[in-house]
Amino acid sequence: MTIPKTILFGWWMLLSLLLPLAWSGEPPLRGTGDLGVIIERGAGRILIVDTSGNNVIGRVDGLGDLSHASVVFSRDQRYTYVFGRDGGLSKVDILRGALEKRIVQGGNSIGGAISQDGRLVAVANYEPGGLKVFAADTLEPVADIPATYGDGKLSKVVGIADLPGGRFIYSLFDADQIWIADLHDLKSPKVEKFNNIGRAPYDGLVTPDGRYYLAGLFGEDGIALLDTWQPQQGTQRILASYGQGEEKLPVYKMPHLRGWAVAGHQVYLPAIGHHEVLVADTLNWKETARIPVRGQPVFVVARPDGRQVWVNFAFPDNGFVQVIDTLTDRIIQTLEPGKAVLHLEFTPRGEAVWVSARDDNRVVVYDTANFAKLAELPAASPSGIFFTSRAHRIGF
Amino acid sequence: MRPRRWSFKRSPLDARSTREGVFFVGGQQISPLIWLVSGFLCSSPVLADEPPAPSLERNRELIRMVRQDCGSCHGLTLRGGLGPALLPEALRDKPPAGLKYTILFGRPGTAMPPWQPFLSEAEADWIVAQLLRGFPEESK
Repeated sequence: MTIPKTILFGWWMLLSLLLPLAWSGEPPLRGTGDLGVIIERGAGRILIVDTSGNNVIGRVDGLGDLSHASVVFSRDQRYTYVFGRDGGLSKVDILRGALEKRIVQGGNSIGGAISQDGRLVAVANYEPGGLKVFAADTLEPVADIPATYGDGKLSKVVGIADLPGGRFIYSLFDADQIWIADLHDLKSPKVEKFNNIGRAPYDGLVTPDGRYYLAGLFGEDGIALLDTWQPQQGTQRILASYGQGEEKLPVYKMPHLRGWAVAGHQVYLPAIGHHEVLVADTLNWKETARIPVRGQPVFVVARPDGRQVWVNFAFPDNGFVQVIDTLTDRIIQTLEPGKAVLHLEFTPRGEAVWVSARDDNRVVVYDTANFAKLAELPAASPSGIFFTSRAHRIGF
Repeated sequence: MRPRRWSFKRSPLDARSTREGVFFVGGQQISPLIWLVSGFLCSSPVLADEPPAPSLERNRELIRMVRQDCGSCHGLTLRGGLGPALLPEALRDKPPAGLKYTILFGRPGTAMPPWQPFLSEAEADWIVAQLLRGFPEESK
């Protein structure tokens, strides 16, 4: 006996419809290269976002005090490590939208870094001042390096970044020092210290090649520069003359240097206490321009191709974002994304930029070619925006 | 150990303002008239030693400003960050007038900026009073 072909075909059709339903407990396979997270500052929560669809695809709660949170990503771009103000370190699975593990490792911290090989996560602590290092997979502690200076005092640690060779570099706000912790051999960690780098370093960054470390100084004008390929030469002061003869304005929000701004061989930096963006040539570290801007810059961030530099500002000018054309060093656009713009992040190749407006509870996505608004996403007091493309950049 | 000073950063610049109990007031005199006027402007009843409460709308703004903008250095929970903690136990032994002047005129030589362009004296008094009893949370 033979079954008519039409019935067979019907069964086959039915099966092909039912099978995906039976598997619907499993999410569809996808990559994470176009994903990212947004910090919801007051809610202790992160949003997981998709930069291809410009939408929110998940939420993860219970991350503690995120009032000054930052994150790093695992090298497989699946996990994000969230550093909270309360000393919390949380490992979040972006794919599953789930909190994997959370520890409270210190009393007060704002930042951290992940090692070149992705195995170590280091947290820079204000309280107790120092560096704590954890295994990236388990968050088990592996090293504790107190930032001791003077007669046994502990300094707040700022401006941490990873360096090639299993090293982390950071600044001691209270001690005017830069330290390099070498954790290549975990059994005998080494610390190299640089003294008198300038007063009150408030943040730092490394160049994309991992060679130069720049620490912005709050206590004086200028930036401390260390060539980590030739550390024996010590630090030198660059851009030291930018504020001379001008009254420094009160600073209502510390600038951030984490957002690297390099275009060609020019670097764009916030002038603390001034309504200016400073431009220096990375070949000789001499100042090449000062660009007057709307307010005191907080983040000065280059589009990945370097053709534009986007700037946001401290209170009370924090409703504005300005765009600098790096060919002419002129401002070509002023945008008002909303009240209290705290951060901005480019998509991996820079066709779009996401901007958080804390007091309007939204994130605005702009097309960077024509400045058109592409999307607006509701978010509760959004602050930092971080995309997984950071996973593969030195210093992020 | 010496008692913790006001400034959170030891700096030579700090010398003129860190002597215990001396507060930089930017050469400005605090007029009692401002006090009176702002008292009259407020609709709510004024208690004997309680600074007048701002209007509801302004109240919301001030709470947000302290939590969010002060919070960017002192922490959203005011437990401290680059700036010191602003919890009641941390402020208890500081004279309220000094706290007010610090808010209004900042602390030269440190990262604390003057907030006088954005706050009236009465509002600064109100903020100090709230800080000393535990600052209110933002209402959603």
